Amino acid sequence: MLIRKPSDIRSSEITPKNEYLNRRKFLAAGGAAVGALAFSADADAAKLSGVTKSSYTVNEKVTPMDDATHYNNYYEFGTGKEDPSHYANTLITAGWKVQVGGMVAKPKTYDLDEIMKIAPVEERVYRMRCVEAWSMVIPWDGVPLAALLKQVQPDSKAKFVAFQSMFNEKQMPKWRSAGIDLPYVEGLRLDEAMNPLALLAVGMYGEQLPNQNGAPIRLVTPWKYGFKGIKSIVKITLTDKMPPTTWNIANSREYGFYSNVNPMVDHPRWSQATERRIGELFKVKTLMFNGYGDQVASLYNGMDLKKNY
Amino acid sequence: MWKKFFFNPWTKRSLFVLCLIPAGILIWRGFTARLGANPVEFIEHATGDWTLRFLLITLGVTPLRKIFNQPQLARFRRMLGLFAFFYAVVHLMMYLTFDQMFDVKAIFADVAKRLYIMAGTAGLLLMIPLAITSTASMVRRMGPKNWQRLHRLIYFSTLAGVIHYYWLVKSDVREPLMYGAILLVLMLYRVRMWTAKKPPSATAVALRAAAAQIRETA
Repeated sequence: MLIRKPSDIRSSEITPKNEYLNRRKFLAAGGAAVGALAFSADADAAKLSGVTKSSYTVNEKVTPMDDATHYNNYYEFGTGKEDPSHYANTLITAGWKVQVGGMVAKPKTYDLDEIMKIAPVEERVYRMRCVEAWSMVIPWDGVPLAALLKQVQPDSKAKFVAFQSMFNEKQMPKWRSAGIDLPYVEGLRLDEAMNPLALLAVGMYGEQLPNQNGAPIRLVTPWKYGFKGIKSIVKITLTDKMPPTTWNIANSREYGFYSNVNPMVDHPRWSQATERRIGELFKVKTLMFNGYGDQVASLYNGMDLKKNY
Repeated sequence: MWKKFFFNPWTKRSLFVLCLIPAGILIWRGFTARLGANPVEFIEHATGDWTLRFLLITLGVTPLRKIFNQPQLARFRRMLGLFAFFYAVVHLMMYLTFDQMFDVKAIFADVAKRLYIMAGTAGLLLMIPLAITSTASMVRRMGPKNWQRLHRLIYFSTLAGVIHYYWLVKSDVREPLMYGAILLVLMLYRVRMWTAKKPPSATAVALRAAAAQIRETA
């Protein structure tokens, strides 16, 4: 377009400084040349439009997007914290489908547009606590998992929701070094899945999910350790048996089904009483249920949380 | 030619500078915001890595001495060992400051309950007497035999370091296992060295010759 006057450039076209600086770092690193090209071509497409703000927010500083997108655990793309941001560019998200079925009245295979129409896509600022004892505050954009489940109508026999992640050896060449069985699987009790906090996120920071954060759709359960937030979901199945979960399979002594954030139940090898908030130097105290006790504690009434870790 | 190289004071000075490079890079990364999203973890990991590496390099001096028949390599062993101690101390300081904020009670609890921290603590504690007795005057005061015996603690210190690393990793055990494999090879070389048949001493040779003569004349 021929730019005659400064006002010819719409403000929506101006690249946010944060994004612009990220792109330079990408090019400087050299390794993600293809990713950088895709980034610059789709700069406008990456932005999510029509996202409404929700009442879900926290009184804490939001983690800088650069940190949230360059410090990830996505072992299919390498086990180093910066590996996913370098290598996840091989993930293909075009034409993504999520198969929802099992013990439901209305099984359906959704594409992303359909999922984003189930409910208004809203921004929710959640704390995210990794089992490794670090944490972030992330503005997710998504729809409540409960809204999707209500649409497919779980029948009376259904007690659990099982999730499965994408797994493709060609798209994930480093998969062999992951050290965990793939495809990645996770699960929730049905009442946990129906809790208003459980979110199907399609974006973060007002943009589509970057590949390394679990594009194009992932689960967010802020009262549980981060590994319960399964990435790149391809299958959701309602079932009556407690579904297998990848980290429990890898090490059942250390990772349980519930994995609720609990400063009083330590990981066998390290304490869960404190956490390093990314961006801060000194560790802070971990909160029961990651601070979401008001909304979820009742789900576990009468349960021994030390046994059901 | 090699003798001149090893005895040249600039060789030792250059090695000193080389050993400082990992620390220098960390400082450069700090100033250019290249420590990633979790800078404390990055520094802890890097200093832990270099502690193990310098321990293994120090342990490699004796095998290299023997294989290449360069006894002068021993001149650099103390410096390498002390650099292992240096990186271990930085590693410990990061933990005490940023993980525990010098909370003594919490630190003791961590050491007692977390096996991997217990292993790391043991590894570091074992290095302290080695650092203190690293000087030439200490070798003289203790006598070379006792000094040698004490400094065998480095085997246990390095092993503790490998265990410490192995126990803190979530699932990818490749790196700790690699360090463990290198330690194993270095120790196997030493076992071979210690159990090899020793050449007979001058006294033994003389006695044997005398005994042979007596038998001949008998």
